[in-house]
Amino acid sequence: MITPSGNRVYGMAAEYSSASALYEAAKQVRDAGFKRWDVHSPFPIHGMDAAMGLGKSWLSAVVLCGGITGLTTACILTFGPSSFLYPLIVHGKPFNFWTVPAFFPIMFELTVLFSAFAAFFAWQAMNFLPRWNHPMFNWERFKRVTNDGFFLVLEARDPRFSENEARELLERTGGQHITVVHEE
Amino acid sequence: MDGATTAPDVIAGEASSSVERPLARVPLVLNKRSFDWVTNRISGAVENPTPRWWWVAFATTSGLALFGLLCIGYQISTGVGVWGLNSPVGWAWDITNFVFWIGIGHAGTLISAILFLLRQKWRTSINRSAEAMTLFAVICAAIFPGIHVGRVWMAWFLAPVPTQYGIWPNFRSPLLWDVFAVSTYFTVSVLFWYTGLVPDLGTLRDRATSKIKKFFYGIFALGWRGSNRHWRHYEMAYMLLAGLSTPLVLSVHSVVSFDFATSVIPTWHTTIFPPYFVAGAIFGGFAMVLTLMIPARAIYGLQDIITPQHIDKMAKVILLTGSIVSYAYAMEFFIAWYSGNEYEKFAFYNRIFGPYWWYWWVGMLFCNFISPQLFWSKWCRHNIYVVYFVCMCVNAGMWFERFIIIVGGLHRDFLPSSWGLFFPTWVDIWTFAGTFGIFTSLFLLFIRFAPMIAMSEVKIVLPEADPHHATPEEHHVIAAGGKERT
Repeated sequence: MITPSGNRVYGMAAEYSSASALYEAAKQVRDAGFKRWDVHSPFPIHGMDAAMGLGKSWLSAVVLCGGITGLTTACILTFGPSSFLYPLIVHGKPFNFWTVPAFFPIMFELTVLFSAFAAFFAWQAMNFLPRWNHPMFNWERFKRVTNDGFFLVLEARDPRFSENEARELLERTGGQHITVVHEE
Repeated sequence: MDGATTAPDVIAGEASSSVERPLARVPLVLNKRSFDWVTNRISGAVENPTPRWWWVAFATTSGLALFGLLCIGYQISTGVGVWGLNSPVGWAWDITNFVFWIGIGHAGTLISAILFLLRQKWRTSINRSAEAMTLFAVICAAIFPGIHVGRVWMAWFLAPVPTQYGIWPNFRSPLLWDVFAVSTYFTVSVLFWYTGLVPDLGTLRDRATSKIKKFFYGIFALGWRGSNRHWRHYEMAYMLLAGLSTPLVLSVHSVVSFDFATSVIPTWHTTIFPPYFVAGAIFGGFAMVLTLMIPARAIYGLQDIITPQHIDKMAKVILLTGSIVSYAYAMEFFIAWYSGNEYEKFAFYNRIFGPYWWYWWVGMLFCNFISPQLFWSKWCRHNIYVVYFVCMCVNAGMWFERFIIIVGGLHRDFLPSSWGLFFPTWVDIWTFAGTFGIFTSLFLLFIRFAPMIAMSEVKIVLPEADPHHATPEEHHVIAAGGKERT
């Protein structure tokens, strides 16, 4: 969507007075059938995922893969040198499979290490971060989002989006300072 | 009734009348502070001009750190002989300091991870600074095993690197487990800490007044914009990192204790060590958290966020872990007697009456066992000076404990002909003092450049953060209907 002055429109945004007002608004927007929209808040609001119609995050699956990779790496790292590359009896421990308890600490540590890296990079990748520019930052009021501002934005690329309908919906749900957010 | 929804109505009368209303919860943030107040107060500590005390403190601590680094340079260039180490005491202050510092780190992870999984909301006021403390303590700890190997340029032998020598580290050795445990612990702690920091760095970015600040906070905030689609993955990642850190923190000090427990030295060769070390680490770490937070909350006016309730709870953790540690001390003596092992029995007799007797009487008995008993009394837990005194005792006591375990075990072993004492040199002393300089310098830099309290997390525990909380308009109606305050 493009405004008469030639700016591309990212969406229509509104500010809400409190977390509970935003929560109630989100439920109404969800029920109105919007798909491309988001809420912004200074902290995660309890129950907001359900209010937005979002399911459980599948980030845990990535972390599980990370953990399995870590465990496999540890197995190769410990058994490789100890059993094949440089087999040597130390501490009177054998170098066959039954020396495995001596490798538990390293297996544990690498499982945790790889899982943690998976979690760390997954939450950024799944959120498309780092991304230092974003249309929402063009709105001056949006600076309060990391302080005490509660915002809801309906994106222009949503098939249900039309300027009048969006404005009407935001007004009906109690949104204030309703504004059109531009892409640039 | 749910505590969160009742909280706004009981806050006003809470402090004075908690006796009459035993079921009313004391709010975690006092005086009904708003989101904006939380942001301003915590960001203000970073944004306001650097106070003069900070420069004085930083000059002192960084001077101490610099001298400590010079001592390390002298030790590396000359050799480990500049320390008081010799046969039979081959491990002394170096490993004592290592165990001491790594133990301090544990409280940070306990607060940030274990208390998170246990849904202890009071952790939000202290987790950020406690995690920072963890990182700085682990940095100090990592110095000692690094330099005590003597030929530091050979330290890479610890890493499993394929080389033309074809030599691999011994993966069955507790010392190598230690390398993996400590480096994993540090890395995961950094990831966890930084993940928690991102939303707050976003706050500093949005409030930044100068271009340079906006640029750097902007870079580190990763473009965070508080989107709920982001929070969803973020919260899952945060919970999983907490879940991963929980067994990790228990494993680290267990592995540290394996360094001793897998040897044959009397007093070291015991199965009680892993839980005993972990409890001791949390015990000593909480004392250090309070040592740092009590002055910080007074200097930066954070009494409404780090309330007497928080100090009370931390004091209770100190009492609990102190009791576990004291039980372990007693059990060591019992087992020494019960085992019938002559060397073990002598080692424990020697602990109380040997040349290092006063380390035990002062460090383990008074500082670690007797002083925390004050925390049975509520008055003591609410008196800042008593709390600070006990924390100082515990800080010192935990260092003494590690010294007793390490040097106490080594100085008189099986053959009386090989007995000997340990005497620290000036290099020993100033290297240890230098790590205090490094630790406090890093902490001072941290409170100058990063929000020392997790703003986004503190806001969650405010009653207004609950989506089912009455909106301001409704709240006024309730207030007008007979409650004491609007």
